[in-house]
Amino acid sequence: MGPSPHPRDAGYPVVALAGNPNTGKSTLFNALTGLRQHTGNWPGKTVLLAQGVARHRGVNYTIVDLPGVYSLLAGSVDERVASDYLCLQRPDVVVVVMDATCLERNLNLALQVLEVTDKVVLCVNLIDEARRRGIELDTRALAAGLGVPAVGAVARAGHGLGEVMDAVAGLCTGAIATSPRRVIYEPEIEEALRRLEPRVAKRLPPGAAARWLAVRALCGDLTVLEMLTTPATSHAGVREVSPATPAINVAAGLPVSGRGGAGGSAGP
Amino acid sequence: MTGPEPRSSTVTDQIVTSLYRQAERLASEATLPQGRGRDFTPFIDRLLASRLTGFPIMLLTLGLVLWTTVVGANYPSQVIGGFLFAVEDRLSALFLAAGAPAWLHGILVLGVYRTLAWVVSVMLPPMAIFFPCFTLLEDLGYLPRVAFNLDAVFKAAGACGKQSLTMCMGLGCNAAGVIACRIIDSPRERLIAILTNNFVICNGRFPTLIALSTVLVNQFVRGSMGTAAGGGTAAGAAGAVTGTAGAITGTVGAVTGTAGAVTGTAGAITGTVGAVTGTAGAITGAAGGGALASLIVVGIVLAGIVATFAVSWLLSRTLLRGVPSFFALELPPFRWPRVGQVLLRSVLDRTLFVLRRAVAVAAPAGALVWILGNTMIGGTSVVGHLAGFLGPFGRLMGLDGFILTAFILGLPANEIVLPILLMGYLSTGMMVKLDSLPALGAALAAHGWTWLTALCYMLFSLLHWPCATTLLTIWKETRSRLWTVAAALIPAGVAFIVCAAVAQVARALGWG
Repeated sequence: MGPSPHPRDAGYPVVALAGNPNTGKSTLFNALTGLRQHTGNWPGKTVLLAQGVARHRGVNYTIVDLPGVYSLLAGSVDERVASDYLCLQRPDVVVVVMDATCLERNLNLALQVLEVTDKVVLCVNLIDEARRRGIELDTRALAAGLGVPAVGAVARAGHGLGEVMDAVAGLCTGAIATSPRRVIYEPEIEEALRRLEPRVAKRLPPGAAARWLAVRALCGDLTVLEMLTTPATSHAGVREVSPATPAINVAAGLPVSGRGGAGGSAGP
Repeated sequence: MTGPEPRSSTVTDQIVTSLYRQAERLASEATLPQGRGRDFTPFIDRLLASRLTGFPIMLLTLGLVLWTTVVGANYPSQVIGGFLFAVEDRLSALFLAAGAPAWLHGILVLGVYRTLAWVVSVMLPPMAIFFPCFTLLEDLGYLPRVAFNLDAVFKAAGACGKQSLTMCMGLGCNAAGVIACRIIDSPRERLIAILTNNFVICNGRFPTLIALSTVLVNQFVRGSMGTAAGGGTAAGAAGAVTGTAGAITGTVGAVTGTAGAVTGTAGAITGTVGAVTGTAGAITGAAGGGALASLIVVGIVLAGIVATFAVSWLLSRTLLRGVPSFFALELPPFRWPRVGQVLLRSVLDRTLFVLRRAVAVAAPAGALVWILGNTMIGGTSVVGHLAGFLGPFGRLMGLDGFILTAFILGLPANEIVLPILLMGYLSTGMMVKLDSLPALGAALAAHGWTWLTALCYMLFSLLHWPCATTLLTIWKETRSRLWTVAAALIPAGVAFIVCAAVAQVARALGWG
């Protein structure tokens, strides 16, 4: 169950499960892979990447269970693990597992994941619990609003898992096309990103999520800043960082800000 | 690790605001207006997370779980022990019949097999009861409420409230608890949580503590007073425990010295311990030793929590200075656990996993200790020499040289400390059959144990140093040799001070 830096070893498409803490990622992971990653009703239970294989309609997929995070703006180590994994390892599909009972907070993360990749499936979990509390969700409106497939599910009971994997398969084969809704930031930030993104991309292996790493750099994320000052080939996962000058903001034409990694991590 | 940093900047704020604005709009688009539903969570939380009832319910739950474990584990332990030691006799006969050399029989049967038999019979039953109980609470959603209740205390100690979640993880395995500290944002608070995780009793120590508390009550408390005394015994025993609980918290208080805030909260906890122990008398009279034994374990768990607060408080005022940061803790709704699933998984995955690990470490350790115990240098075994050397130091802490030797040799895993100790005792030539807890108690008494030895053993086991796996994990997580060494030395120092204080005070009062 340990972390592996090379989830592509088996050659299967890689599907990452991302989401807020305690939305049922590990439960979904266990249901899909038949493995028994420890689950529990409390946030912060999974801090390492767990990995397993799921088989759906004759095709094998490598499933990666990410630590639950509120934000990809990488404040704590577990957030950095999740964000770096999505930005640098580039899974083929990301399933965002969402808690139907508090959609807004979960959408905040979904929007950030959509900044990293187009290949996203929204798994709106715990719809039974939401229904009990009088919340009814329109997954079609959600899919239309975000431009990616959205499936309602009850992972504990195994409901909706087939539909999730159908959507995953569709994204892998290209049978389903997505047109994700991008977040539009304030004009000056968009301008800074426009100037910063190519520089970030130059430093990274092809395919890395340059836009989101540029956003993290703007927020003063030291990991990204250090990544940009070292050769493009040598970075992997989490690493310790030495303080670097936030010259990146100067380069992007923004006022130099303090180190502010975890702005989005505090929940609603 | 880098130092703490100020959060938020205008850029980050703007980016986060843009994200939330969009999330809000999308959420309102996708939510259909509906009738009102039922949600009991707020009502239950008013009870579980209230200032008034939160702590008593927490203690009651802990006590209930431990009582179930202690009472429930006793009988199966004896059955399994009886069976495994009957097998040992057959094995010995087999070796004898085959004409195997004595040293081979010694290493394999008296070393490896016997250690395994102890590990299985002492550890398996409590784990098979405790884990499902704990997993049920976990699935229900109780753990974040515990974190919520303890948050204020952590804040007073200068640490992060999320630390209690990492402690819950440490209750399974300290190495896992140390990794779980990644959920703490501030490097300073994360280090505090890593350095103090050891004070949470892990799987490797729980069964031993449960076994020893039973021994303590049956052998040393009731045994010394005669079983016929009935009600008088119960009252006396309750008195003794209240005394020891007071002594524990008293010494912890002494350790902290001027730790005002912490001692204040410790006082609150001690108060509740007092209340619980007070009711102990009544319960003991009716239910016998099981309740008392489980109360002792509750006391040990609480002593660990007090030690956590005290050391966190000290660290945040000396080596790791800083103010506690804020965090948002989600209280998830209560979910009815899938009972069958929980029972199956916690027995198959957790219990057998831990047992497998214990067996894997205990087998070679058993062989090694048998060799050490039977290699003679100048008429005394190597273990004997070690024990003799450590003896004065051990006695200062209410222990003896063999106990200290066992804790040192048991560094690879806490599960094997007690088996190593028994091997060490047996190497002195006294052959005892240890197929049940009463037999264990008799064997320990034969080697000079008193109730004070048992209590100090439990305290030392609670506090001492993290196992090798945990230390390795601490090194991996901090990448610092210095902090790894500190993670071993700080608890060792606390263990020394607390045990020595308890032993000396008890002896001065003429109890020991």
